[in-house]
Amino acid sequence: MTSELYQRDREWHPPALAQNYKTSLARSPRNALLSIQGSASELTGPTFGHDEIDAIDNDLLRNYAKTGDPIGERIIVHGRVLDENRRPVPHTLVEIWQANAGGRYRHKKDSYLAAIDPNFGGCGRTLTDENGFYRFRTVKPGAYPWRNWINSWRPAHIHISVFGTAFAQRLITQMYFEGDPLIAKCPIVQTIPDQRAIDQLVAALDLNATIPLDSIAYKFDIILRGSRSTFFENRPEGN
Amino acid sequence: MTQSLDYRKETASQTAGPYVHIGLAPGDAGFDIYAHELGHDIAGPNAKGQRIKVTGIVTDGTGAPVKDVLIEIWQANAAGIYPGQGDVEDGFRGWGRVIPDFESGEFTLETIKPGEVVGRDGRKTAPHLNLWLVARGINVGLNTRMYFDDAAAANDKDPVLTLIEQAHRRDTLIAKGDGETYRFDICLQGENETVFLDV
Ligand SMILES: [Fe+3]
Repeated sequence: MTSELYQRDREWHPPALAQNYKTSLARSPRNALLSIQGSASELTGPTFGHDEIDAIDNDLLRNYAKTGDPIGERIIVHGRVLDENRRPVPHTLVEIWQANAGGRYRHKKDSYLAAIDPNFGGCGRTLTDENGFYRFRTVKPGAYPWRNWINSWRPAHIHISVFGTAFAQRLITQMYFEGDPLIAKCPIVQTIPDQRAIDQLVAALDLNATIPLDSIAYKFDIILRGSRSTFFENRPEGN
Repeated sequence: MTQSLDYRKETASQTAGPYVHIGLAPGDAGFDIYAHELGHDIAGPNAKGQRIKVTGIVTDGTGAPVKDVLIEIWQANAAGIYPGQGDVEDGFRGWGRVIPDFESGEFTLETIKPGEVVGRDGRKTAPHLNLWLVARGINVGLNTRMYFDDAAAANDKDPVLTLIEQAHRRDTLIAKGDGETYRFDICLQGENETVFLDV
């Protein structure tokens, strides 16, 4: 038995072709997507276990540290993975990657002149708990310049990948930080047509979750597609 | 006024950007951080069925290879069962992740050929891999499917392939091969644009 997903709201997501995000011009399909009814191919999905993920994988302050702590503002990013029905999504894989505090990625293609931090890798992963909660410890990433307009800057952001229970729930997004003036100026953020959808990508400063004299906290909930409470049979009787 | 339905909206997608590999495939990108990299073994050692190798290139609207793409695969086993849906061989994951060679842009994936899957209303679906592509410049991950040219009879009745109105575009979802090695190129835009799915 498999439950169907709510239709993805394509007017809420960014369109494939966004004139001001130049890379999308040659990488956006011109034909309409073919809408298909969900079947087992879309409504099942991979699962991950604690045996594949180490406890330290969600601690970016430690998971690549060689000689000491990374440079930067120590932060906690926490929240829940929920679906559109507000139901928690337990035991699902959340993966993140980000620039260091200076705005530089540990990637051979990143040639930004900000320094690489020898103690910061910039990626982490975790499984949500039985109530859909996740938590990472990291440093706040820096803004960085990129080649779109000649003076385009990405707001501080963390890339986030989430699975859910169905392959059709697969989602990659970016989390921004409350109060960042670059959010309104970013061509990638602004591919999203609805301001409410943008607001939903901005993590809130969460003083209740800070660790006094240690780390500041941001709260970020991730919402995956909801599923209908009705079910359909994917396999004939007796198969 | 009426009552609020009180649903939440799905979090909007954003591009995976140019550095997706350090997040999702760090080992493949030459960055040693995790003890276990995920997505390397789709079928596992015990899987029944024909072992296959698929190679291809993803190209953009100018014909250039998209070298920073990341592709995920989701498939049934040789009996047409997805993990989680029923019993599959021990170690059969059904899921994998590949990135192309940074120089050539060519990707390679190794797995087993899936069986026919029973779809809605008991209708058979031809053997296929479900693919999901993300990259810089792709605002929402693109879903598509890869079918096999040596399953022509099943393809002719497949509920997704037959839904494609322009018959010649069905070929964009069909890999060509000899039963063991297959070629499957994906075109994001242009004359041979692959059919992408809203799933
Ligand atoms: Fe980034």
